[in-house]
Amino acid sequence: METEKHTKTPQELKIHLKVNEQSYTLEIEPWVSLLDALRDHLGLTGTKKGCDHGQCGACTVLVNGKRINACMTLAVMRDGAEITTVEGLSEGGNLHPLQQAFIDHDAFQCGYCTPGQLCSAIGLLQEGKAKSLEDVQDLMSGNICRCAAYTNINAAICELMGIEEKGGLI
Amino acid sequence: MNRITYSKANEVRGAIHEHSITNKAQFIAGGTNLLDLMKVNVMQPEHLIDINTVGCDGITQLDDGGLRLGASATNADTAYNELVQQHYPLLSEAMLSAASAQLRNMATNGGNIMQRTRCYYFYDTTTACNKREPGSGCSAIKGYNRIHAILGMSEHCIAVHPSDMAVALTALDAVVCVTGPSGDREIPMGSFHRLPGNTPEKDNTLEQDEIITSITLPRSNYAKHYSYLKLRDRPSYAFALVSVAAALHLDEQQRVLSASIVLGGVAHKPWRLPEAEALLIGNPAVATHFEMAADKLLSNAVGFEHNNFKIALARRAVVRALQQAVSKQAS
Amino acid sequence: MMKSTYIGTAVNRVDGYLKVSGEAKYAAEYQAENLCYGVVVSSSIAKGKIKGIDASKALNLDGVLQVFSHENRTSLPWFDRSYKDDDQPPGSPFRPFYSNEIQFNMQPIALVVAESFELARYAASLITVEYKETDFNTDFRNSQEKAYEAKKGKSGWKPPKSRGNAEKALKKADVLVEATYFHPAEHHNPLELHASTVLVEADGTFTVYDKTQGVFNSQQYLMNVFGLSKAEVHVKAPFIGGAFGSGLRPQYQLFMAFMAAKALKRSVRVVLTRQQMFSFGHRPMTNQMLSLGAAVDGKLLGIKHQAVAETSQFEDYTENVVNWSGMLYECPDVELHYKLLKLDSYTPLDMRAPGGATGVYAFEAAIDELACAAGVDPLQFRLLNYAEEEQNEKLPFSSKELKACYAKAAEKFGWARRNPVPGQLREGNNLVGMGMATGVWEVQQQQVMAKAILSPDGKLVVKCGTTDIGTGTYTIMTQIAADTLGLSIDDVTFVLGDSDLPMAPLQGGSWTASSVGPAVLSACEGLKEQLLKEARDLSHAGFSGAKVEDAVFSDGMLRLKNDPSVQISLPSLMKERGLNVIEHQTASMPDPKQSQYGKYTHSAVFVEVKVDADLGNVQVSRVVVAVAAGRVLNPKTARSQVLGGVVWGISMALEEASVMDKQYGRFINHDLAEYHVAVNADVHEIEVIFVEEQDDVVNPLGVKGLGEIGIVGVPAAISNAIFNATGKRLRELPFTLDKLLF
Repeated sequence: METEKHTKTPQELKIHLKVNEQSYTLEIEPWVSLLDALRDHLGLTGTKKGCDHGQCGACTVLVNGKRINACMTLAVMRDGAEITTVEGLSEGGNLHPLQQAFIDHDAFQCGYCTPGQLCSAIGLLQEGKAKSLEDVQDLMSGNICRCAAYTNINAAICELMGIEEKGGLI
Repeated sequence: MNRITYSKANEVRGAIHEHSITNKAQFIAGGTNLLDLMKVNVMQPEHLIDINTVGCDGITQLDDGGLRLGASATNADTAYNELVQQHYPLLSEAMLSAASAQLRNMATNGGNIMQRTRCYYFYDTTTACNKREPGSGCSAIKGYNRIHAILGMSEHCIAVHPSDMAVALTALDAVVCVTGPSGDREIPMGSFHRLPGNTPEKDNTLEQDEIITSITLPRSNYAKHYSYLKLRDRPSYAFALVSVAAALHLDEQQRVLSASIVLGGVAHKPWRLPEAEALLIGNPAVATHFEMAADKLLSNAVGFEHNNFKIALARRAVVRALQQAVSKQAS
Repeated sequence: MMKSTYIGTAVNRVDGYLKVSGEAKYAAEYQAENLCYGVVVSSSIAKGKIKGIDASKALNLDGVLQVFSHENRTSLPWFDRSYKDDDQPPGSPFRPFYSNEIQFNMQPIALVVAESFELARYAASLITVEYKETDFNTDFRNSQEKAYEAKKGKSGWKPPKSRGNAEKALKKADVLVEATYFHPAEHHNPLELHASTVLVEADGTFTVYDKTQGVFNSQQYLMNVFGLSKAEVHVKAPFIGGAFGSGLRPQYQLFMAFMAAKALKRSVRVVLTRQQMFSFGHRPMTNQMLSLGAAVDGKLLGIKHQAVAETSQFEDYTENVVNWSGMLYECPDVELHYKLLKLDSYTPLDMRAPGGATGVYAFEAAIDELACAAGVDPLQFRLLNYAEEEQNEKLPFSSKELKACYAKAAEKFGWARRNPVPGQLREGNNLVGMGMATGVWEVQQQQVMAKAILSPDGKLVVKCGTTDIGTGTYTIMTQIAADTLGLSIDDVTFVLGDSDLPMAPLQGGSWTASSVGPAVLSACEGLKEQLLKEARDLSHAGFSGAKVEDAVFSDGMLRLKNDPSVQISLPSLMKERGLNVIEHQTASMPDPKQSQYGKYTHSAVFVEVKVDADLGNVQVSRVVVAVAAGRVLNPKTARSQVLGGVVWGISMALEEASVMDKQYGRFINHDLAEYHVAVNADVHEIEVIFVEEQDDVVNPLGVKGLGEIGIVGVPAAISNAIFNATGKRLRELPFTLDKLLF
């Protein structure tokens, strides 16, 4: 019966996130997306907002090793999770080989989709499902690059996978 | 988006109970469609019950040779599961044609079949939509209806169901297992989704406070000759204009022992017609019979201003999918 | 010209590290204490008046600071001229919050400002608006009769010039093609959402991070609208997440964030939603009627090209759509018309290759129809009618290596293998076809100022208030500066995107490399002269009497050309002369002799498509494009620009369309799920060839710019390839599968 139902009082919840090996405790309202938590609450603006609806991939981060759209999950749903963002890809000041490959292959122009492309590609490499350029093309299609650096992105990824890719370096 | 409250459920019963006693409560699993809709105020729950942690994320073999897919297993884990790939490659193929790798890592099986239509008007709260706001009218009938239904629609709604997974599940005679306040029940996939009729706000036959716990697949003869053909405006990361799940069980003479043909993107539910499949049984698996089956499947199809093409497209897609199913080399 | 260590080489982007590490900050990523968040409320009707806005529920929420609208806005100037901007068409610009009048659907009508983004978004959903709706017209295709000749346009727009008597010529033609081509509205959809962060500084001034293609444009707009001095408002845009034209005019989030910050005396950030990215400028819907006639041997006899393009009720947006048809080929009789049609929607806005992408598509598709009708190979047809001088103005070209583009691209592509009879080549279920088209874009140089500053540690900083929307401006300017002064690229920093820097125009029209480049060159050359003067004054150094042409700057050293043993490092020179800094600022502007030439970039595009014979879906399987764009400063970033343009061409040809719903007067597919842009899986083999081209006219660097040329020609080549594959002529973009089913 509708009348017997009760309404809860909105409040901040305490959550723990491990982002790029660093532990954070946040008091956060449930309506904050993981993306906005990273950007507005933790100041990690490397992760981008391009649509806020899971339609562009700019917000891709790795959660417990898997690539997801940070805009389509709530921070409170990720309590206890280990998260890697673009800021956590380099180690000891050295770029991740994929970051260097992106620079070498000119795999970006404006750079706005780049953090998402990088996290997505690292997720792709870890998944191990892509065996060919064609696989890469399909499995990277969740990351829109409006500058359209796609062939260069693929060249960078293929370099890390050790597979041939037409187009390649200049 | 409403100011929401949130809780995590640890088991199914608890989740159902909480849902039943809380105002405007909604279960959330992957969140990939619910949060999308909440951000544009199409869905406005006030309390979210997180059911990722209720223990429904396994994929297990059943004694009778079938398979149980946990409702909160992700689409990626399901599509790449060895048993799924081995026994139900049609399902795997359909699921991998959907969304993006990131979304498949989040979206769950229960959520996938619960996803709402992609109708532009449903998504835009400034327009009339009977599904979103019963009684307000249907903007699509006289509007831009390129992605809309050609079968089973009503004067109140011409939306289509966007899931690829549901199309394959229907073809594979899956069963949706649900738990509610009064216990467990099973809903065959074919009657899980419904036609819009006078109540387009209801996408499916789930009852108040019910929760999907798993989807079971019976033992299948369709691991060899199958095809999921998805036609869309972009080769990846786009919804189907028309899709076909086609599966054939053939004898050594390439005669059809059994067949399953389901259309996606054409109706408020995956579209299947036993009479169409019956036209194939006992006959050689060749184009002339495929065309007859396609004609039968689409015999009641009616187009609108912008989606007439779907009738011809669906007909040709059925034939192509069946041809691909025949020639498929099981990997 | 100086020795080129970097110019012409494939240097990695100098901002690459910042972009791959996530450190590059965009407009919405600047923090401030007490920052508050604005969310825009958009109108739900296309035309009418707001009777009332009820914001009480929103304002009752704890943490909601204010709801701004026309009802409570701060005082605003009355005159249109106060709202002008550098890319403004004639008319009366849209003024947010000015009155209760609704001029287009999704018009911003209120701004909710709150302590958090989520709260502002929620509060926005509680606002109710009462409207008085009036009849509107957004039906472009059924209002063609209301089109009128465009009388005046924004700067850069040239009314098309006819010549001879096309009507008569067409009557005499042996082969005649008459066809109408339709181009839908498209939205730029850069991946970064339009955003402005307005920071209120301790001294009461404002620092604004804006998503813009012109920091001075945004600054001037704010100064005019809000009555501020230059010292009170600084606009910065060090990184821009793509724009493609969407940042050429100050967008309404800038106005709103600023008004709120000024009124609340708090720093404010406003970010549009992806849906709201469909609420402002777009590439206009355009209908083009073409009649082309040729002699039996394929010689062009007459061209008639008439375009009707949409504009808003309040501004006359114009672009050069039909002019290309008069200039591309030799043809004695040409008739060109360009008309506008007013709709109740927002004013269109320059979008990558504005006018060119649209006009050349239709013209080059029609040329293919004519060539095929005449039975002449389409490439041969173009060579037969090749223009050795610019045809509209009868001017010599400053350079035109289009023939070399045709030859190189055709060979690489394997054009000779093309079967002229459509529908002959089949691979499995696919029909395979080949098509080609010409691309063209104009070369322009604008006045730009730049300043070069050398420190005693040998580090050079070059400053210019231009932007880098992803084009590679940071990188190529660093290369130019390093080469001019003979420094290592690591010792040079190029600073841009700040209204405190020397003046530069909007970044657009492919003119940044060709305008900012010469300014950087000139500033560095001025610096060279000053350094040489200092060296001459250093008596023991051995440079007395040396002129600039006697000096060589390389490896951080100054040497005499004829006696390299006479040398001094730049840091030593500065130290010995007691200089803490040495700087030079110059303005560079186009040489007046440029007006005696036709200045264009050209391309030849060859495309292979695969079309499913039954299901109609098209795949662009191979593209070879050869570009003649003068000097290529950086083959790596240049190639990326052209690749990007080609993919834009694919996206335009196969997918992009903003669909106007007639019932609501609203673009209805307003998100990235239903407005399709090319994804990774759309893109297959693309080969870019740069053809050698010397040009001493366009600017001292001989560079022509590459931002637009990549897209022009691609949709036509795809359409022509689809014809070759299937025998079907598609004349309505985009070429979705439904158009190939029947």
